[in-house]
Amino acid sequence: MTINSTPYDVAIIGAGIVGCAMARRFTLEGARVVLLEKATDILDGASKANSAILHTGFDAPVGSIEVGCIQAGHEEYRQIYRDFGLTLDECGAHVVAWSEEEVAKLEQIQQQAVDNNVMDTRLITGDDLRKVEPNLSDRALAAIAIPRESLIDPWSSPYAYLQQSLMNGGEVILSCEVTGGRFDGSEWKLETTQGLVRANHVVNCAGLYGDLVNSSVFGQAPFTITPRKGQFVVYDKAASRLAHSVILPVPTARTKGIVLFRTVFGNLAVGPTAEDQQSRTDSSIDTETLQSLMAAGEAIVPALKGMPVTATYAGLRPATEFKDYQISADAANNWITVGGIRSTGLSGALGIAQYTYGLYRDMGADHTALTDPAIPTARVLTDTANRDWKEKDHGEIVCHCELVTRREIEAALSGPLAAKSLAGLKRQTRVTMGRCQGFFCSARLAELTEGHFVIPMAEGVDK
Amino acid sequence: MIDPTTPIDVAIIGGGPSGLAAATTLKAAGVARVVVLERESEAGGIPRHCGHPPFGAREFKRIYTGPAYARKLVQTALAAGVEIHCLTTVVQAREAGELLLAVPEGEQVINARRVIYATGVRETPRSARLLGGMRLQGVLNTGALQSMVFLKHMRPFKRPVIVGTELVAISAISTCAHAGIRPVAMVEPDPRPTARWPFTLYPRLKGVPLHLNTRPVAIHGDKTVSSLEVEDADGARRHIDCDGVILSGMFTPESTLGRMGHLEVDPATGGPVVDQFGRCSDPVYFAAGNLLRPVETAGWCWDEGRRAGARVADDLAGRLPEGIETVPVSVQGPLLKYVMPQRLNLKVSRGKDVLQLRLNDIAKGRIIATSGGNIVGQWSVNSRRERRILLSVSRLDQSAIAGPVTLTFTPA
Repeated sequence: MTINSTPYDVAIIGAGIVGCAMARRFTLEGARVVLLEKATDILDGASKANSAILHTGFDAPVGSIEVGCIQAGHEEYRQIYRDFGLTLDECGAHVVAWSEEEVAKLEQIQQQAVDNNVMDTRLITGDDLRKVEPNLSDRALAAIAIPRESLIDPWSSPYAYLQQSLMNGGEVILSCEVTGGRFDGSEWKLETTQGLVRANHVVNCAGLYGDLVNSSVFGQAPFTITPRKGQFVVYDKAASRLAHSVILPVPTARTKGIVLFRTVFGNLAVGPTAEDQQSRTDSSIDTETLQSLMAAGEAIVPALKGMPVTATYAGLRPATEFKDYQISADAANNWITVGGIRSTGLSGALGIAQYTYGLYRDMGADHTALTDPAIPTARVLTDTANRDWKEKDHGEIVCHCELVTRREIEAALSGPLAAKSLAGLKRQTRVTMGRCQGFFCSARLAELTEGHFVIPMAEGVDK
Repeated sequence: MIDPTTPIDVAIIGGGPSGLAAATTLKAAGVARVVVLERESEAGGIPRHCGHPPFGAREFKRIYTGPAYARKLVQTALAAGVEIHCLTTVVQAREAGELLLAVPEGEQVINARRVIYATGVRETPRSARLLGGMRLQGVLNTGALQSMVFLKHMRPFKRPVIVGTELVAISAISTCAHAGIRPVAMVEPDPRPTARWPFTLYPRLKGVPLHLNTRPVAIHGDKTVSSLEVEDADGARRHIDCDGVILSGMFTPESTLGRMGHLEVDPATGGPVVDQFGRCSDPVYFAAGNLLRPVETAGWCWDEGRRAGARVADDLAGRLPEGIETVPVSVQGPLLKYVMPQRLNLKVSRGKDVLQLRLNDIAKGRIIATSGGNIVGQWSVNSRRERRILLSVSRLDQSAIAGPVTLTFTPA
């Protein structure tokens, strides 16, 4: 079965953060776009778990594609977030030195920031740091302050990007896995689990599966994904007053290290670990690692000791054998691969989309950009914002911990991006993500979501 | 929306057994306007979804199922003139009895002369247990399972493992039986079950194998649960095939409003710090029921609610005695889990006042109270873990108390 009779200008594979931003950019530039996602819900791979930080790129490799994309993406986010109703919590970050050796490295980190054109960092003493972060351990010796590191909503943002694409003519097909494809010199016929998809160009943003998608079509891939697992511990909302800014360690050669950060939802979290593995699906957590993360958190902020844990989770980052993003255009085949977006995808997504559209234009394709594109209204899930429960006719509060209303849940269960799984509904509404983790609302949710999920929360019992 | 034109004397947060008992007692004592704020669609609390007896022996001298008992509590409160507002969530509890509410019409702020905080307990979820493995559907606390089965007539799995052996785990078995769910195993890290005999006979009676000395390690599965990995006392690990996990017990007070607001919270109980009158660190606020400490029966909470109601009625009438001295009470050492109340008003203590304690392990010996280097009280105890221990405050030599009172345990 062929899904479309007229080929799309572009088929984008993978509705992660990058794919959603990509769909938006290509739509705004005037292309006819289809976004293909193998899962039932968008943001279901690497994008489902991250630190929700909008980086400045101060510590990215100098001259890399990554730093360019982060900075362009950061800039574009700042341009659009107000119109979209998205959040930006400009809390800033501190790279904290906990030993004399680390103090010695701060100057080099600051120089790297300057080389990356991040000019507003400051070197501060431990005492000055504790004036702004009074709950920080007195073992902190010195720090670099990076004012523009910010917190954003890691799910509402990409939802809004994709929504803008859909509002302006873009399409999305869910539960649609690309299994192969043929290029006849002018047009792709992608084989998918939903039938053949015809498109003139393809952009592969398949994240953890990026190499496999290229292999399924070309028999080879320019890189190999080695998933890197990161585990996180999220503390009770009462902990969020213990830190204002993002507390970063002095990085090692391999990883940025364990970060302590608030979320826009009002929690405080610590993570991620960096554990290389072969499995692309195993996002399991383990007790010992979670305990070590909590110990790391308590070493940074001693008052975290005894603070209740709200959530534990792990995410998989699509790391490759290369340090930089792997974005390349194959002009002979009308194919662009966007891979190895290992840990800065949320910050870089809008910039990656700009960069990729540039490569696409360089391949000779061009369109007329939309002059007055429709602007989406993002979901408001931020802790301090005007949440739906404050408005009349919200129905009822279903999730008491996160104050999620029935109206919010019903909205997330309808439309082209309707939640088809509990995980998808959580990302759209935050339901069950609070401290009781569904103790109070699971039954009501099972009732409200009946008939909506591929794997139902519960089945009816004859009385 | 709550009628804002008449002043509210007492607002009660939570319409479970303790909240409803407090409200009923307040009305009986002649307090004019008593308002219960209940976030669910019906009042009654946890018993609403415990579709099994025995409830009500202490309160009504007969045995009810949970839902019937919950209805009886509600009817009694309404008959006494209590206002019950459902679908009403308290979002913030502020100083001077100001409460920010979410009501179906949106936001509302009310003020009450006194507030009784009676939000109860919940079980510890998978996350806070730091249980490993994949995050999958079909991993639930007993409370969520009970609501699904008894309120919604739904079942989330057919062959779960039950983790824990507190009394609520027995309720989990009974709930499963009601919905045609057949638990494949019950696992308990300790060498002996937590619940009392004869409840411990119940799993065998229902054909559920009980594995003692067995600690849950990780939940496995792809889209749904396929097994629970467990570890025995020797460190050997194995998988128990199942399609879900019931995480029972390990109750924790639902003390969010206190933690997020201005009330002092005791890390040992997880509930607000109170004196022997149930008064919180802000004297406009009182607390009652399982919020105070995990965990007691509905009947016990009902009784605590009644007493809190009586104390608040006294307070509104200016009859609640003020302590001449107030001292903190705390526990020390690994064996003593908590003590509640955490503050004592001295020289006004009544004969009935008790300290509630629990042990972390089975033990026999003496609990010794010291203050300023003096021994000010002693009690002998012989108890298992998670059993209620009541120490009479009248045994304290109040004249010898000089500053904070510390309780320690000395084995026999």
